Amino acid sequence: MSRATLLVLADGRFPAGGHAHSGGAEAAVKAGLIRGAEGLEAFCRGRLHTVGLVSAALAAAAALGVDPVALDAAADARTPSLALRGASRKLGRQLMRAARATWPSGELDVLAREFPKGAHQPVVLGVTARAAGLGPEDAAYCSVYESVSGPAGATVRLLSLDPFDATGVVARLAPEMDRVVRSAVEAGREAVGGGVDVLPAASGPLLEIGAEVHAAWAVRLFAS
Amino acid sequence: MSTTGVRATARLTARADGRGDTALPVLESHGPLALRRTRGSGDEARVMLVGAMSGPLGGDRLAVEAEVGEGARLHLGSAAATIALPGQGKEDARYDVRVRVAAGGELRWLPEQLISACGSDLRVSTSLDLASGARLVFREEQVLGRAGEEPGRLSSRLTVRLDGRALLDQEVSCGPGAPGGWDGPAVLGGYRALGQLVVVRPEFAERAPEPRVLGEAATLTPLAGPAVLVSALAPDALLLRRVLEEALAGLDG
Amino acid sequence: MHLDHDHLHDGPSAVSADAYRPDGRRRALRIGLGGPVGSGKTATVAALCRALRDELALAVVTNDIYTREDAEFLLREAVLPPERITAVETGACPHTAIRDDISANLEAVEDLEDEVGPLDLVLVESGGDNLTATFSKGLVDAQIFVIDVAGGDDIPRKGGPGVTTADLLVVNKTDLAPYVGSDLGRMAADAKAQRAELPVVFQSLRSEAGVTDVAAWVRERLAAWTA
Repeated sequence: MSRATLLVLADGRFPAGGHAHSGGAEAAVKAGLIRGAEGLEAFCRGRLHTVGLVSAALAAAAALGVDPVALDAAADARTPSLALRGASRKLGRQLMRAARATWPSGELDVLAREFPKGAHQPVVLGVTARAAGLGPEDAAYCSVYESVSGPAGATVRLLSLDPFDATGVVARLAPEMDRVVRSAVEAGREAVGGGVDVLPAASGPLLEIGAEVHAAWAVRLFAS
Repeated sequence: MSTTGVRATARLTARADGRGDTALPVLESHGPLALRRTRGSGDEARVMLVGAMSGPLGGDRLAVEAEVGEGARLHLGSAAATIALPGQGKEDARYDVRVRVAAGGELRWLPEQLISACGSDLRVSTSLDLASGARLVFREEQVLGRAGEEPGRLSSRLTVRLDGRALLDQEVSCGPGAPGGWDGPAVLGGYRALGQLVVVRPEFAERAPEPRVLGEAATLTPLAGPAVLVSALAPDALLLRRVLEEALAGLDG
Repeated sequence: MHLDHDHLHDGPSAVSADAYRPDGRRRALRIGLGGPVGSGKTATVAALCRALRDELALAVVTNDIYTREDAEFLLREAVLPPERITAVETGACPHTAIRDDISANLEAVEDLEDEVGPLDLVLVESGGDNLTATFSKGLVDAQIFVIDVAGGDDIPRKGGPGVTTADLLVVNKTDLAPYVGSDLGRMAADAKAQRAELPVVFQSLRSEAGVTDVAAWVRERLAAWTA
């Protein structure tokens, strides 16, 4: 693997649509559940161990070559919120565009043809990692990092939170991110022989509920 | 290996008897899991799960296996809440529910709450396998701690498959020792009662209900298949039940 | 039908600025409209739709700061059938969505062409932003920057990427100039100094001429695009 290539893919400026999504932070801020750095940290920690783990495991499995169509169905089953399924497919489609322009690959072309309106983002991320010559750990790291940095960046805009505090939150979670990546990759490897049912299914009820509440608002800053 | 706990598997099978009723050719109670047939309504067989002792305790391995045949209608309830309690050893307890519903069969699984008492450690696994054309109403409610008490450790994984394909696969983990952030604003946010209602109906393939916000912390969302999920959080069991009952009445109405 | 296999793609288009759609047809001309908040972008888009809808197949993508405000305005004004208006959500960063990460806008444009196409023209309106916000060349073929006289007559002198490089600079609300003390002659001279040969249109949508000059410029661009 190339560490520099990993940075290209993990960079928040990689043009794959993430900037318009808050990872549930906008709903949590509105509900008064995030009021500052402390609430943000608790939110990010919960997100990391639920949707962060699940996304990373899906991405790792896709990077290991597990059938993306089966992984996409597994992502559907692990994402009950219609709004979140929509956001994930939208982001998957946007990532697909950036990935095909950056690391052209036959596997990406096949996946794009199978899901013209977008496969789930973690699945596209895993196949993108393959196309870029990266491995399952890399894919899982991208996914896990995004699961935390997304809401942190959004909260800076939503609460005018001190950006140094927000970055501090993300940095403090780094050791936990390492652990989640290890479990995710382990699960991804199990899925190679054991099928997608062995992948984790951790869920955050407030993330699921908040996403539907957010989708029903007439006015919002973020798409999800 | 558990040396202290109880191992028990209760089994039941519901079959259409050909005369417009549902028969129960298998109804096996086992250990603390007692099954009683009660009066059903219409062609539906009604079974109550009666806990013959409190539990599950740490080290216990309890399971309920049910099969609903083609055209059969089974309603399963429970007589009282299930309370997860600490055992003598450090071992966790397991509670597995495995259900298969054949095409044209219908299962209404509406038990009382599961209460995770302080110091307990329980893993629940619920696996519902539906054939295409089967109908399901499944409710689960978890209450973290008895009144005024800290919760125990609880993990609950719910998997619903339709025609072999996962329709819903979700795990919630909470309590001491659960992955970080479980009581924070992404997971439970201080709520002490959480519940889900899964409704699978073939006619949802044509027209699924639209997503709906049902309250402060409850929503209904269509799944990626002919099914909807109601997810709800509430301060206590009573308020939770009210939200889920209203949601179900809305779907039935 | 024009079929150029050099431009045929397998599945959704991979290259944003590509002039051809996956089916080999030439795609619609895309024109971006940017400019500060309140300068009259949405009103100009609405006027352009009314002026051009009978002669062209067109659609609009809006980029709102708060979800669908601008799209709702266009829908209320009924300048186009609703299926021809799409809103992109920009996560509090409208300039990012038109310049740094254009993927959501590209998808909106492509979906419009798939669903209501073939189209001649897609107008992409940015969310109100500052003077530095410009459209990526990967998203639009030409861009209009809309400022207004009430925002201060020194804006053309100040320059910035929008004023200096936009393919067309529109100075809007000229009818307000006497009331806000803006010197149109000075604005024209400053704009000329900043933009050299690039065109500038002074317009008041309340006057009889309305959006005529801008519509004429759009027709020229379209003629060049389809030539």
